[in-house]
Amino acid sequence: MLLERLRMPVEDFEAGTGWSLKPQGACRGEVCVPLPSAAVDDGQVDVTAVAERLGMPLVEEADAGLWALGPETLSGHALPSAEAPELVLPDLDGNEFRLSSLRGQKVVIVSWAPY
Amino acid sequence: MWQALRSELQPLGLEVVTVGIDAAGAEACRPFIEAAQPEHPSLIDTTHRMSELFGVINIPNGVWIDEQGMITRPVEPASPHPPSDARPFQPMEGLPDHMNEVLDEASRIRVDGRYVEMLRDWAERGAESRYALRPDEVVERSRPRDRANAEGQANLELGAALWARGDERGAERHWREAHRLDPMNFTAKRQAWSLAVPDAGDFARYWQGPLPGREDEWPYATDWLSEVRSFGAEHYYPPIDA
Repeated sequence: MLLERLRMPVEDFEAGTGWSLKPQGACRGEVCVPLPSAAVDDGQVDVTAVAERLGMPLVEEADAGLWALGPETLSGHALPSAEAPELVLPDLDGNEFRLSSLRGQKVVIVSWAPY
Repeated sequence: MWQALRSELQPLGLEVVTVGIDAAGAEACRPFIEAAQPEHPSLIDTTHRMSELFGVINIPNGVWIDEQGMITRPVEPASPHPPSDARPFQPMEGLPDHMNEVLDEASRIRVDGRYVEMLRDWAERGAESRYALRPDEVVERSRPRDRANAEGQANLELGAALWARGDERGAERHWREAHRLDPMNFTAKRQAWSLAVPDAGDFARYWQGPLPGREDEWPYATDWLSEVRSFGAEHYYPPIDA
């Protein structure tokens, strides 16, 4: 996920990475990783601390004032759990669509590209 | 391409969601979507979220998610067409030689045609389908990812962000790094290659390599034709482990 600062609201971190921040740690499905106590404070996430714990690389593009936080590498797989992460993407007209709005149906997500 | 299958399977409780992955933005996807006239959600992914969250590394690809939001098959090559006979390639008149070479090579690529049957079976039988995997199998079969791959993903996203801001050289720098760190991510390569030769006119997005006589300007270590020839078009998509 892309970020402009290394301290961010919990909701933004969760939406960006697919990991939920709970009292027991960072969780995805049934998998939970304990976090240092200072990593989440007053609704704000210390991105560097959480990234280190979850094995997420942090790459900086200083000229643009941007960082990209890569996916976790603790599990060794693209899917640390079979529970589907929330996916929020726009359609052609910019309307936001949430994958979770299709709960109750079977879904096949098909990726394609115009190149 | 998926609309016909969607019409057939939606009454059985299966919805199709298509995601067009392109840092060039929604407008690049628009003509294809408008031609397909989908009745299902058709989304745009300009920052390669599908790769980050699900492990998509080539397209077309599919992921299955059940009624409770559990993934039952991770990313794998997905074609909406049943198996078809191979046809020998015939060069097309009026196309540049390079494009005929690309099409010739692409004609040898095979997508496993069983996907449609598998999807039908799951739509009808749900968890009883032999193709619906257990959660531990889903995790195990999802793409292996190490630190270098994850750092490649971060660079892929940074490149897309810089491209959107008009910083093409910056984007190329991060995409080169993404290719080096995660050489198996073919979407990351195709994305970058497809934006590297705007002078190729109508073929710009499909040229995917240096222009003749201007090889020095090509900003990437490899290109589509030389890569596919090196590993063989028949290995372009892995076989589906049904």
